[in-house]
Amino acid sequence: MQIALFTIFGLLAVIAALNMLLQRHPINSALSLVVVMMSLAVLYWSLGAEFLAAAQIIVYAGAVMVLFVFVVMLLNAGEEQRTKGSKIASIAGFPGAAAIFCLLTFIFLKNRAALGNTQLSGLYNGAESNLTRIAHALFTNLLLPFEVTSVLVLVAILGAVVLARKEL
Amino acid sequence: MVPTSYYLILGAVLFCIGIASFLIRRNIITIFMSIELMLNAVNLTFVAFAHMWGQVAGQIFVFFVMVVAAAEAAVGLAIIIALFRVRQTLNVDQVNLLKN
Repeated sequence: MQIALFTIFGLLAVIAALNMLLQRHPINSALSLVVVMMSLAVLYWSLGAEFLAAAQIIVYAGAVMVLFVFVVMLLNAGEEQRTKGSKIASIAGFPGAAAIFCLLTFIFLKNRAALGNTQLSGLYNGAESNLTRIAHALFTNLLLPFEVTSVLVLVAILGAVVLARKEL
Repeated sequence: MVPTSYYLILGAVLFCIGIASFLIRRNIITIFMSIELMLNAVNLTFVAFAHMWGQVAGQIFVFFVMVVAAAEAAVGLAIIIALFRVRQTLNVDQVNLLKN
């Protein structure tokens, strides 16, 4: 059951990410990214993180990507011209990215037994829900970081309003 | 039963696609979207490790990453709008004032 879920949505995420890479129009890339985020929400759910699955859909697919689509439409962004790109990207970038990928895959496959298996579980031990544990940690030990985050969001809102004004 | 390493490899694949997209694409909005893709890949890794250890600390970290990414997207897109007002282009090759 879980292997089917993982295969379907993992493949969907990878295909949509590749589509985002290959499409030339920004709006197509944005919609592909929405598919990636939805698939990742399903994978979060399969790992027992229901709260994050909901937050992923609401915050990322719902809010952030709508903002992206709005900006693409506001600026009337057309197809991008293909240019050579920077030299450093082809010399150091792609081999570097490939090396990072090979290294990570090698390490993960080598330590496959030590990393263990995942169970399809909504609840940890069935005792209390994932949301209860997150809320308990967030509002007791991590209360100060949580409040600092609210200040950060406020500063971000003010910054966005100031930066997007007509006369800068 | 899926090995945890498969989830981690999926995260690595998405991260490397994000890097490639960041390097290939010339549109500043798409470059910004590839940063979001890389953040999402790292979030998947965090959730997989949180599941492996049976603790919620990793999930709380993902929650904070999401909040910071949302704030970053708002400010970054405002900067893109301001940039477009000044330069009338979204192509990063034409935004090279510091180079000359």
